[in-house]
Amino acid sequence: MTISNIQRRRFDSLIIGAGGGGLRAALQLAEADASVAVVSKVFPTRSHTVAAQGGMNAALANVLPDNWHWHMFDTVKGSDYLGDQDAIEYMCRAAPKVVYELEHFGVPFSRLDNGRIYQRPFGGQSQNFGGEQAARTCAAADRTGHAILHSLYQQNIRAKTHFFDEYFAVDLLKDEEGNILGAFVFDIHTGEELIIEAKTTLLATGGAGQLYRTTTNALINTGDGMGMALRAGIPLQDMEFFQFHPTGIAGRGMLITEGARGEGGYLVNAEGERLMERYAPNAKDLASRDVVSRAIETEIREGRGCGPNKDYVMLKLDHLGVDVIQKRLPGIRQTCITFLGIDPAEQPVPVYPTAHYTMGGIPTNRQGQVVVPVKDTPEEAVNGLYAAGECACVSVHGANRLGGNSLLDILVFGRAAANHIIDYLKENHYHRPMNEESIEKAYQRLHRWDDTGEGESVEQIRSELKLVMEKNCGVFRTQEVLDQGVKEVTALHERLTKARISDHSAMFNTARVEALELENLMDVALATVFSACARTESRGAHSRVDYPERDDMNWMKHSLYSLLERKLDYKPVRTKPVTVATFPPKARVY
Amino acid sequence: MNAVSSMPDKKDSRLRWRCRRGMLELDLMLNNFIDREYDELDNEQKSLLDQLLDYPDQLLFDLFLGFMKSSDKDIDRLVSYIRKSVAT
Repeated sequence: MTISNIQRRRFDSLIIGAGGGGLRAALQLAEADASVAVVSKVFPTRSHTVAAQGGMNAALANVLPDNWHWHMFDTVKGSDYLGDQDAIEYMCRAAPKVVYELEHFGVPFSRLDNGRIYQRPFGGQSQNFGGEQAARTCAAADRTGHAILHSLYQQNIRAKTHFFDEYFAVDLLKDEEGNILGAFVFDIHTGEELIIEAKTTLLATGGAGQLYRTTTNALINTGDGMGMALRAGIPLQDMEFFQFHPTGIAGRGMLITEGARGEGGYLVNAEGERLMERYAPNAKDLASRDVVSRAIETEIREGRGCGPNKDYVMLKLDHLGVDVIQKRLPGIRQTCITFLGIDPAEQPVPVYPTAHYTMGGIPTNRQGQVVVPVKDTPEEAVNGLYAAGECACVSVHGANRLGGNSLLDILVFGRAAANHIIDYLKENHYHRPMNEESIEKAYQRLHRWDDTGEGESVEQIRSELKLVMEKNCGVFRTQEVLDQGVKEVTALHERLTKARISDHSAMFNTARVEALELENLMDVALATVFSACARTESRGAHSRVDYPERDDMNWMKHSLYSLLERKLDYKPVRTKPVTVATFPPKARVY
Repeated sequence: MNAVSSMPDKKDSRLRWRCRRGMLELDLMLNNFIDREYDELDNEQKSLLDQLLDYPDQLLFDLFLGFMKSSDKDIDRLVSYIRKSVAT
């Protein structure tokens, strides 16, 4: 196959990724009679949105008094004042409408006796700007993500969205002026390549939890859209902010919720000591997430970890008794029995901090347009390119995401991006001329994996990367640790250019897909570790042992990492909301 | 080099790709099972596995975590086999 033989298809809009953000955008576009192609490396209903069980926030005030302005306050505060307040206002105002739309699409939200949508309280929610607990999270039992994904998929089938299922996107195509023209993709089944020309392209590829050895994320979360953006010359924003949960099942990653410690569970080290007494004498095991995470890592670094490799600590629950565990923590009990063969009612559970959510990503404005700094302008829109959801950084989560805001983010900004695209398509009737050089580049990058001969394996480099990221860009961050991380990730990046795979066939070459995924992860890893190394303060999820305080004077700004130049730049936080007054930074105390 | 023996089994690759799911729990459960047990499966079990992989993620989650039991006896047996394999 040569480049001239590769089939070309034209669409008004191309969407890469078929989770909630991609499908919400696709539906809006298809209903506006745009021709829409959705490219997804897995079958759409197997996207990671399905794992979002908690629910989505919207100030409906069905259970307790609420309004969008209080929701906005909580989100700004939760973001540790790094969130852009115009985008946060937009999201919180749009939330109720987005929930009602989903209801009309068929999402079976749980109900109150009076027939209204049920709302549950969640951490970080308040009434009246920091007052009493609010109840803001709408849920479809414990399967909200699943219900949303399936409803949106079915609506898209009805609206005749064109799906390219099990296709892998290699790279964005762009011309010399920087306009994005579509993407170079291939069919995982047949290996057949395809050039999709589109007037607009939306990246909605999700997060990059697979950067870390211990993660709650599915295997598909390899930061593909972020990697594509970096290689297209677009910087990634705020990548140093990665949300960790202190208690994941060691070696597996699944979350053991804070509820387990809330019920009286506590952490012990290899010597059987209650380790949190040393780090938080008052709050102990109920101290904030970053304190507990860092305490676990410190115990391990100082040789008091459990197990043959001394690389985890134990969560003790057995003293609570089987009845309490079965009644209050049935999911956790079942997960431990299933995956570890351990019943937490009888034995302690090995735990380690687990990587959960990528706050950073591809910089966008609140219309979903990807924006980059050009000369003195910090945010110039990239023509034809949009991003939404976890792969994007709009930025509504800032330095720390609140529970219930991730499903909201993907739906609000998937929809907003589609609305902007619809307007764009009204003004732009024709496809721009394709840039052949850009195709050649993507083609060469894909076919570099046809090289034969000696070389390291992809598996080896991947497992080393995940370990380095965990040790040197995880929950324990000092200058020394991060400097070492930069060094090691840079070396791994170089080693990957010489790696080889043994399968060179076209059909179902999953080894090649995994190699391309690792290239994406590697580029994202560079962005993450470089950004973390440079930020000398503690803010939200980026917690530095050597710089324990937030430093608004020097660091209330967004990081921007460029892969091509391997350098960092910064831009100001948008502190001015659309219609209301700014929430000025305050200490983030709960 | 023998071209035939070096050719990976594409049917396995297809099946393995279908084991890439939206939830980590399913990834771990299914990939572990394929790694350990796939070669031991007879044709009937392989075809049942193919059928099981058509189930939506949330249903697989409920079956694998023991929150639900399939009324199809063959599927139920396969689910038990998969559950047993991951805990050992």
